[in-house]
Amino acid sequence: MLTKRIIPCLDVKDNRVVKGVNFINLRDAGDPVELGKRYSDTGADELVFLDITATIRSRKTIVELVEKVAENVFIPFTVGGGIQTVEQMDLLLRSGAEKVSINTAAVQNPNLLADASKRFGNQCVVLAIDARRSKKLPGKWNVCVKAGTEPTDIDVVEWAAKGEQLGAGEILLTSMDADGTKAGYDNELNKAVTDAVNIPVIASGGAGNLDHLYDAIIDGHADAVLMASITHFGNYTITEMKEYLAKRGIPMNL
Amino acid sequence: MIVVIDYNVGNVKSVCNAFKYIGCDVTLSCKPETIESATGIVLPGVAAFGYAVNALGSLAELIKKLANNGKPLLGICVGFQLLFDRSCEHGQHNGLGLIQGNIVPIPTGRVIPHMGWNLVDLPEDMNLFDGLEKQKHFYFAHSYYADVTDIETKTAYTDYGFELSASVQKKNIYGTQFHPEKSGQTGLNVLKNFAGICEGANP
Repeated sequence: MLTKRIIPCLDVKDNRVVKGVNFINLRDAGDPVELGKRYSDTGADELVFLDITATIRSRKTIVELVEKVAENVFIPFTVGGGIQTVEQMDLLLRSGAEKVSINTAAVQNPNLLADASKRFGNQCVVLAIDARRSKKLPGKWNVCVKAGTEPTDIDVVEWAAKGEQLGAGEILLTSMDADGTKAGYDNELNKAVTDAVNIPVIASGGAGNLDHLYDAIIDGHADAVLMASITHFGNYTITEMKEYLAKRGIPMNL
Repeated sequence: MIVVIDYNVGNVKSVCNAFKYIGCDVTLSCKPETIESATGIVLPGVAAFGYAVNALGSLAELIKKLANNGKPLLGICVGFQLLFDRSCEHGQHNGLGLIQGNIVPIPTGRVIPHMGWNLVDLPEDMNLFDGLEKQKHFYFAHSYYADVTDIETKTAYTDYGFELSASVQKKNIYGTQFHPEKSGQTGLNVLKNFAGICEGANP
């Protein structure tokens, strides 16, 4: 049986892993290669590296980072942040990333998802969505772009379904409202999206304790759970998370 | 020396990195003379099937010839799928035809792609899995799978609501739908076994 995945997320800025609350107030969490290797050695199922600066200068740094990580880490990892073209995706995949995630560029040019999936297969193409609860419409979420700084009118659930049709092979769904708060994932959001698509969904934003992970999988129907704060700052080890979930009957790769 | 075929698809470097990490003599090449001199060949691949076939081009005939002459060959992911007769991913494409069977879509009614770590039943008579327990988790990421019809082929399966072919062996020809280079220590052990098979074939 396919197991549920535990995915530590490494937000990278100036070659350091950082973590904030609601996308701001960043704290240093270590060296990305070292941290990636530590997670891989201690049982993480997958890793996500996000270049949160995504400038022209950081583009080059992130490729070098991917190369270094790939020499030391033998579990799959996704790279995202500022990716705009199939060529950039190709370079990252050839440098050792297993998947690439696209966010703003897919909103601006949805065909990028189709082009990428034709070239690499949809299993390489992750659609990252930053979701914020709508103030006007209850039970609705809007897509935010440019690292969450720019809200759009696009409905998250509709966008996820469209992304799947175009060729995304996975959705990395971040609740901006919950991100870094450690108050639990937005499982209403997770469920709305997982029920609308047939591709795997990674729940992201809000993990604070072990029950939150369980709830995202059971109530949110998530295929994988992503976390940063609770693992970077030593609250829980990967093994603790996996053992807890396995004890509660969730299939895990222990 | 193991040669990883460099044919302009993703993950070639990861496969090389993994062999290097376990201390193997490995090189990435698309040169026919280098490929011919290899102790074993690895055909990796993160790409759509049609793209991979086109990218492989004339190397396909060389790989077929060497595999038919007994050189150990390991296909990984799309490289595994290329071992078969044909695929219907984005149109009809012919594979290498080394193992009988077709690449077909994973049946609907479940999450697709099949993505993540799944438990594979490892048959005792497949030497790629020597020294491993009877069941191990490996990392998968694919939307099409091999419907193996070759009666001479040994197959390892995983459960994804149906029996999904995870790995095959026909004499010196090996393939894994999963990514051994991304399956942690277990995957590295599989690559070590393949390296041992290559050494054994080239004493």
